[in-house]
Amino acid sequence: MTGHHQALALALFSGFVAVTLAITTWVSRNRHGSAEEFYAGGRLFSPMENGFALSGDYLSAASFLGVTGLIALFGYDGLLYVVGFLVAWLVVLFFVAELVRNCGRFTLADVVAARMRERPVRIAAGTSSVTVSVLYLVAQMVGAGSLVALLLGGTGEAARSWTVIGVGALMVVYVSFGGMRATTWIQIVKSVLMLGGTAVLTVLVLVRFHGNVDDLLRTAMDRSGHGAAFLAPGLKYGGGWTARADLVSLGLALVLGTAGLPHILSRFFTVPTARAARRSVVWSVGLIGGFYLMTIVLGFGAAALVGPEALRKSDASGNTAVPLLALDLGGGPDTTGGTVLFAVVAAVAFATILAVVAGITLASSASVAHDLYAALRRPGGRQRGEVGVARVAAVGVGVVAIALGLLARDLNVAFLVGLAFAVSASANLPVLMYTLFWRGFTTRGAVWAVYGGLVPALLLVLLSPVVSGSPDSLFPGVDLQYFPLRNPGIVSIPLGFLAGWLGTVVSAEPPDEAKHAETEVRSLTGAGAV
Amino acid sequence: MQSRNDRSPVGGGTAEDLPENHTPHDPGSLDGGREPTAGYDDPWYDALATGWGEADGAGLTARAVPAPRRERERGVAEVYLEVRSSAAFQEVRRRYRRFVIPGAVVFLTWYVGYVVAATSAPGLMARPVAGAVNVAMLAGLGQFLSTFLLTWAYARHARLRRDRAALDLRWSTQELTRGSGGGQR
Repeated sequence: MTGHHQALALALFSGFVAVTLAITTWVSRNRHGSAEEFYAGGRLFSPMENGFALSGDYLSAASFLGVTGLIALFGYDGLLYVVGFLVAWLVVLFFVAELVRNCGRFTLADVVAARMRERPVRIAAGTSSVTVSVLYLVAQMVGAGSLVALLLGGTGEAARSWTVIGVGALMVVYVSFGGMRATTWIQIVKSVLMLGGTAVLTVLVLVRFHGNVDDLLRTAMDRSGHGAAFLAPGLKYGGGWTARADLVSLGLALVLGTAGLPHILSRFFTVPTARAARRSVVWSVGLIGGFYLMTIVLGFGAAALVGPEALRKSDASGNTAVPLLALDLGGGPDTTGGTVLFAVVAAVAFATILAVVAGITLASSASVAHDLYAALRRPGGRQRGEVGVARVAAVGVGVVAIALGLLARDLNVAFLVGLAFAVSASANLPVLMYTLFWRGFTTRGAVWAVYGGLVPALLLVLLSPVVSGSPDSLFPGVDLQYFPLRNPGIVSIPLGFLAGWLGTVVSAEPPDEAKHAETEVRSLTGAGAV
Repeated sequence: MQSRNDRSPVGGGTAEDLPENHTPHDPGSLDGGREPTAGYDDPWYDALATGWGEADGAGLTARAVPAPRRERERGVAEVYLEVRSSAAFQEVRRRYRRFVIPGAVVFLTWYVGYVVAATSAPGLMARPVAGAVNVAMLAGLGQFLSTFLLTWAYARHARLRRDRAALDLRWSTQELTRGSGGGQR
């Protein structure tokens, strides 16, 4: 890559950082302290604003870089990700958005704790929320790293590490100084930038093929070297039964995981009512659906115009497909158009990563301060302000995410996000569904549901080919591989539901009828909602 | 504070006539006075300080609550039990379930069927339809389409069939919890 790319991309990106920092300062002037403000931005965002912010939170580097790369390299099998990511919003809309908005205050644990003994369920739900957030953060960090490696053209192991550290530091600044209000505005800005950038690229791809989608697909197919198989399922997940089971597992995790993601759940508390929460989901389904339709075009466009060899050479797992496509669409590596488009896309991708990490960091710091700290502190001990704890927690989460991000840098971003979804679907969704809909659910059931999904999901990942035992593992030299699938969802999600049921059946205490009535009435009517 | 008659919208009326016969219970009370002017499009931006606030700060130190608070909580619990067994609430819940359960069965079956077909019937999925477009492509686009359609249908159903009754129940429930002391903070 030439110096022009770098300079321009860095300039644009610095512009974004400057704007977001300005938002953070502006938002945080004379607004100090209240938890309502820090976790929920005062609950006064409009459905449209929150819809944009939701799509900003959800459309991470995994979607912008990872999924397009998968489509470009594996054709139709990449598209399966996209469908799962979108259909998942129906689960959110039908079962989660309104009900959680009505019953909770800031976190998932609030909803569960309203019915159960508070301490154990807060610790359980807080732990699983933090785990999911950290996994998701790692994926974003890896995305940031591979983007920089591309930008600086292979020179930079050190540069790559420093980027991961820099992204981590920035997100901590946004979150600890700006809270939810700044984070939401950053999401909105980013969402508009990304949707705009994607739309421009999509139009350029279609113009290149004179609006003939059939031609685009054929060219992609011919250039891929796989022939007609490129447009049918099976390239990545074909073959043996393990690969197929892996795909079903991933599909389940994607569809059921979204509804348990802490940073998505916390967004519903930034609007005043359940109606507004519903309308923000409708907005985000429209935006996200539109975005994914465009990603499909971009993925096949990258396969057709850049070609798989060039993509693999730049990044083995395809994370750099969109920037390379932009370079080509603008006219090639040594033209002004190419330089500009490439720089814009790189800056948008950076902005995406920054915004998403900020959202997740905020959600996990809420889990740490509002759930874990509140439940674990000694009753007699000195009370610190919860928001202060949350700010400190943001720093801690940032450090952990940076460290893991440096370790995991060679994995595909979309794949890493798939893991986060699997843990979320196994640990968070069962307890949430049981709490909202099962009359006989008890405290023990809730605790078992969380750990019964969380522990198997994590164990299975540790024993899977992701970590050891195959050439592209994190630790290729070791062999601890006892579980054949790369995504644990198909086993761990049913285990989570099963554990919740079992815990309830064997618990000594009877379910609290009145608390269930309260949850049910509140969830459907909004009585007493904050 | 509230007489037994005031509870009739919750205890008695059905959901069908609920919006019409619902009147402010107590012109002097906060919610009752505001309600007729609160439009359904832009509701209750400032209706914060009611019932649920109780549990927030007190939650973790629940063991230490003084006896009078316990009594009030028992009162609130009775209110929620009563509202849950009311015809109006059961109607709202029935309407909600009658939409989301079939809807969820449809989209989950359709999605799982799609993924299973992609893994176990690649031959069928690869069958060309028109030009380079094959069955798999159409099925994928079909998933997009069905998601958009169901989103629209859900939002419409909730707006037309649930929102009014749910909002009425919200106000009357909050009235009752206030009456039994839940919102005294």
